[in-house]
Formats: sequence, structure tokens, C-alpha cells
Amino acid sequence: MEKDIIIRLDHLSKTYDDVKVLDDVSLDIRRGEFVTLLGPSGCGKTTLLRLIAGFATPTSGCVYMEGEDISGVPPFKRPLNTVFQRYALFPHLDVYDNVAFGLKLQKLPVEVIDEKVRKVLKLVSMTGYEDRDVDSLSGGQQQRVAIARAIVNQPKVLLLDEPLAALDLKMRKDMQIELKEMHRELGITFIYVTHDQEEALTLSDTIVVLNDGHIQQIGTPTDIYNEPQNPFVADFIGESNILDAVMVRDRLVRFAGHDFECVDEGFGEDNPVDVVVRPEDIYIMNKLDAAQLAGTVKSCIFKGVHYEMFVETDEGYELMIQDYNAFEPGSRVGLIVKPQDIQVMHKQCTANVFEGEMKAEDKVQVLGGVFDCLPVEGAKAGDKVTVEFAFDNVDLRDEASEGSLEGTVGLLLYKGDHYHLGIVISRGCYIYVDTNDIWDKNDLVGIRVAPEDIKITPVTEAPSDTPASSGND
Amino acid sequence: MTKRAIWALPYQVFLALFVALPLVLIALYAFQDAAGHFTFDNFVKFVTEKETMNTFVYSIEIALITTVLCLLLGYPAAYILADTRLNPSSVTVILFILPMWINMLIRTLATVALFDFLRLPLGEGALIFGMVYNFLPFMIYPIYNVLRKMDNSYIQAAEDLGANPTQVFTKVTLPLSVPGISSGVLMVFMPTISTFAVAELLTMNKVKLFGTSIQENINNGMWNYGAALALIMLVIIGLTSLIGDGETSEAENGGLL
Repeated sequence: MEKDIIIRLDHLSKTYDDVKVLDDVSLDIRRGEFVTLLGPSGCGKTTLLRLIAGFATPTSGCVYMEGEDISGVPPFKRPLNTVFQRYALFPHLDVYDNVAFGLKLQKLPVEVIDEKVRKVLKLVSMTGYEDRDVDSLSGGQQQRVAIARAIVNQPKVLLLDEPLAALDLKMRKDMQIELKEMHRELGITFIYVTHDQEEALTLSDTIVVLNDGHIQQIGTPTDIYNEPQNPFVADFIGESNILDAVMVRDRLVRFAGHDFECVDEGFGEDNPVDVVVRPEDIYIMNKLDAAQLAGTVKSCIFKGVHYEMFVETDEGYELMIQDYNAFEPGSRVGLIVKPQDIQVMHKQCTANVFEGEMKAEDKVQVLGGVFDCLPVEGAKAGDKVTVEFAFDNVDLRDEASEGSLEGTVGLLLYKGDHYHLGIVISRGCYIYVDTNDIWDKNDLVGIRVAPEDIKITPVTEAPSDTPASSGND
Repeated sequence: MTKRAIWALPYQVFLALFVALPLVLIALYAFQDAAGHFTFDNFVKFVTEKETMNTFVYSIEIALITTVLCLLLGYPAAYILADTRLNPSSVTVILFILPMWINMLIRTLATVALFDFLRLPLGEGALIFGMVYNFLPFMIYPIYNVLRKMDNSYIQAAEDLGANPTQVFTKVTLPLSVPGISSGVLMVFMPTISTFAVAELLTMNKVKLFGTSIQENINNGMWNYGAALALIMLVIIGLTSLIGDGETSEAENGGLL
């Protein structure tokens, strides 16, 4: 098993100008695997690729290749090659010389170079373009040359940085199939970066979902799709209904006002959880008596293969449903969710809890903002405290200056009857909000919390700090 | 459209009066003798008269030496200025360009004073020093511009394909900066051929350049011969810029396919 690992990332962190772009990422990549690093822009996936390629050095942690630490090895000595996002073909060289660039540096005999270049150009279906200038090629052709230039050196690992992002949809689909075939044919390990979840599901053996510099989940495409481990993954991969739920006991979960049988165990009793139900896994029918949920169709849109409908249940939850049959808006329908189609996830947190510091008897500083709170008896400025407030007690304001803190909407989930927002205060630091108001991603908001909703508990100071503070008294 | 055409009128008049007309006059004078008759005598005189021909060849030599020295000094300077790791602030670039704001004659007089102060002899060495000093920014700036705008991914791609730092430079950075080099060479070579004031001041009139020959002839009333020499110089400059132009556009646009 150990021998199978070609690349091991060991607690990698990367900080640019005090911003943690990657935070403690560990990952094993097996020989010959097609691994996709998937995440929204700014999640750290490209940085991770650059660390593997050697264009950046980790702030802490190590990159191992075949058991050897290569963190300090410059890129030109690493036995891996990269396909760049905008191809980076040399404009002063023609197609042939671009592909032969790496081979010429190895000082191989001319005949060997010639043979290899022609073979690889044939592999990417670019035979006959040898003398063409790279600027005269279409995007798809440049893409092929870029791939040829990288694989002609027979690297142990091929890194691909969003290689298909600049192509149109049809071309992208064709190239996906070709890449997959190439991977099979060459047996090289592919590490592929993309923000396109569909592409990741199509191509990969393993998907690594990244967000905010953290690995959210590692798994096969089916694992990631069917068993997302948190709401971020569920929301990012495919369409989903994500709802607040309570795990009543093993194999029984309550959401949307009903108890459902499920297959999950070990979440405790009466514990708050999140559930994911994929829109294609909800059965919709005209019969109401046999259904678990009853509701009214709100909208119905034809999507080609299926219809996409929004149904509001009688309990006031809105669910997305995909079905081959159309149900007219306004019609009464019944819904059934089967136990194996319910994916239960741990809640990452159930309230906003932060370290804070008292500024006065009725003022507390959290994350750099000062909030009014109910007077805390005997509190002095500088006292360390734990501050807690519930998701639904946060008041968001349009004017950032009206809040004690400001942030931008980073995470936006619709939970059937309300929105669950993650307000980014600084990178990786969120205040979560449950609200019925509609906000957009990246909205700048001011955050307020009513004094009576803030719960403050003093932190019992660590013994090592005590002498210093008592000395001040 | 017609309204816009009217706006161009003042410029057209200006160009006609101060650019086109003098050029036509130079061409006319060059093919006339003092009496105004058509003749090739001026050109024959240039080819046969040893002194002018020598000055001409010498001027081209000096211009070439200046250009090569500017390139050797300017390229590394531009490279360092364009590298954000070596030069994180853009202020240094302005410092390099700053001398261009000062009149060339004043700079040259300052150079003379500097040579006097250091008790160095004026002459050919001083001339080349002065020319390089005067024209170096014209070499640095275009190269700096090309290097600055160069996509970093080309360099990364070369590294990725196994090129060590020296190979990255010789195989990617240098070839890609050819447009900057050729426009820098033009901007140095063309004016150095025609300088005369710099040469006069820095050599105490000991060394004569082609520009000085032209100026002397015209000052001494030999308008026709002076015009012929000026025309020859124009043609030379025109030819070099044509060569340079071809190179520049080829480097920028690639082949004709």
C-alpha cells in the first residue's frame, strides 16, 4: 500500500500576506490515479497544485514524491509536468518545437526527439500541424499541443490546471472523454484542478473537495455525490435539498415536520443534524393518502431530460424535485422519500461561539467588532470570555456601517423554509445566520445582535496566565 | 465623419509645413547645384571625397559601439527592473527614466564638467561615455516594457519542462524580449548616427561625426551638399527602421501562416 502512494501531502499550509490559502492539508495520491481537486474559486486548489509543481514553497508541511521530500526541489528538477490554464505555449516556437522543448533540454538524439514528438502529436490528433505557429491554432488545438508538450516527457505525474476552462461546452465534453482515454492509455497519475463539479464527477477516480483552504471531503465520485459529509459538499456537487433535521434515534430522523426512516446510525438521540435529499430521489405522485408529505406544486420547468419542480409542503417547506413527469403548478401532490436516499450529516456547529474580550461591563469584543451586551457583573475590560449567539438571532443590515461587524455573504444555503448564510468576517472565519430575508452571495452586510441574545461565559484562565493577572491587581 | 476630418486639419497643415515641406526641400536641394540646376554632383562628391566618407564610416562605427554598449548595459538593467522580486518598487524605474527629462545638451555639458573634475581627457572615450549615458534610457525602457508584460506562465512552463534558470533565460525570456531589444536598438542607433552637439562638446571638436559634417556644410552656405548628406542619413535611418520593424512585427505576430 505504501509503495502505491506516488504523492503524499503532509500537513501542507500556505500563507500569502497573512492569508491562509491552505490550512493543514494532508492527502495521499496513488500511482495511476485520476485525482481531481474541486472547489470554488479561491478555495486553494490552484495553490495546492502549484505547491506540487514547485512554483510555490509551502509555509509549513511537506510534499513527498515516492517517499522523498521534494518541498525544496525547484520545478525543473521535479519529474512532473503541468498543463497550464491558458496553455502557456511559447509564442516564438512552432508546434513541433513547443512539444520538443522538454526533450531538447534532455539532450536526446534528434531522431528520438522526432519520433517521440510525432507519436505524441498523433496521440492528441495534431499530426500535420508541426510547422504551424501556435497563435494560429484554435483554443482546442492549443489545448492539445499543451497536453502533448507535457506528456511527451513521460512524467510520473501530470498536473492539469483547469485545462478545459477556456473551451466551449461541446469542445469541453469531447476533450473530457479524450483526457479520460489518454489517462487510461498512458497510465500516468493525473492531478486535475477544476471548479466544474460535473467535470470532476465525469473524469475522476477520486475527488478532493476543497473550500477555504481545507479539504471538505475525499472520495469517489459516487461517494461524494451520494454521501456528502457536510452541507458545503452537498450544495457544491449537484442539486440538493438541504434541511435542518433532528436525529430522533438510530434510523429515524425528523425533518420538514415528519419522521422519516433512514439508514444512518450513530448520530445520537435528539441531536440536531443536516439532511440532504437529492431532487431526483423524491418520488412525486398524485395520490396523497400513501404519501409521507403532501404539498402544492409551485413551479414546473422543463429541463430536457426531466422536469424540475418546486413543491411547497403543507408544513411550509419548499423542496426541489426532478421527475420525468410534469405536475401542473397548483396541483396537489404527495411525496415519498426512501430511507436509503436520505443522507444524514453532522452539523458542524449549532450556534456561533467565539472567543471574546470584555471592553466594559456591557460591551464585548468579538472578531474585532464591539457588541453591546447585558451588563456582566464584576466584568472588567480585558477579561477573556466565550461569546455565544444563535444563528437566528443575528440581524443583518444592508449598510455595513450599521453593524458591529461587517462581512460578506460567503455561504448561501436554502434550507427549505429559510436561508442559512455564512458571513465571512475574515478568511475561514464565519458567522452563521438563519434568516428569511433574501441575500445574494458576496453582499456586504453589517452584523448586529441584540444585547439580550448574547450569552457570555467567562473563560477560566489557564494557570500559567494567573500569576501575571494577579500581579496587576 | 466629416466633422472629425475637420479636426485633423490643423495637424495636417502642421505636418505639411514642418515635416513634409522640409523633406521635399532637402530632396530638391540635394539634387541641385548652387545655381539650382539638376545634378548628381553632390552624391558623387560624397562618394569620392575621402574626408566625408571617413566621417560617415566613423559615425556608423561610433553608433554601433554605442548601441552595443547600451544593449549590454541596458538589458540586465531592464531585467532587474522588471523583476518584482529584485525590484519591488516602480520608483526605481522612474529614476532610470528621469535623465530623459533633462535637456541633452545640459546633460552633455555636465558630463564635460565631470570629466574636467576627474581630470579625464576629453576625446573618443568621453564621446562614447556621453553617448551611452545619453541614450541608455532609450534602450532600457522598451526592453523593460516587454519584460514587464511578459506572461510569467511562459517562464513557469519552461521550468516545468526541465529548463534550469539559465536555459529559461536563453530559450524563453531572451527570444520573447526580441521586440523590446529591436525597438531599443532603433531608438539608440538612429539618433546616435545624427548627433553632432554631443560629439563637439565631448571631444572639443577633435572628433567629427557625420552630423557635424552636415551642420558644417549648411552653416558654411553649402546648402546643396549639406542637403545631400542629410538625405543619405535619412535613407540609412529609414532602412534600419525598416529592418527593425520587420523583426518587431515578426516577433509579435509570429509567422505569416
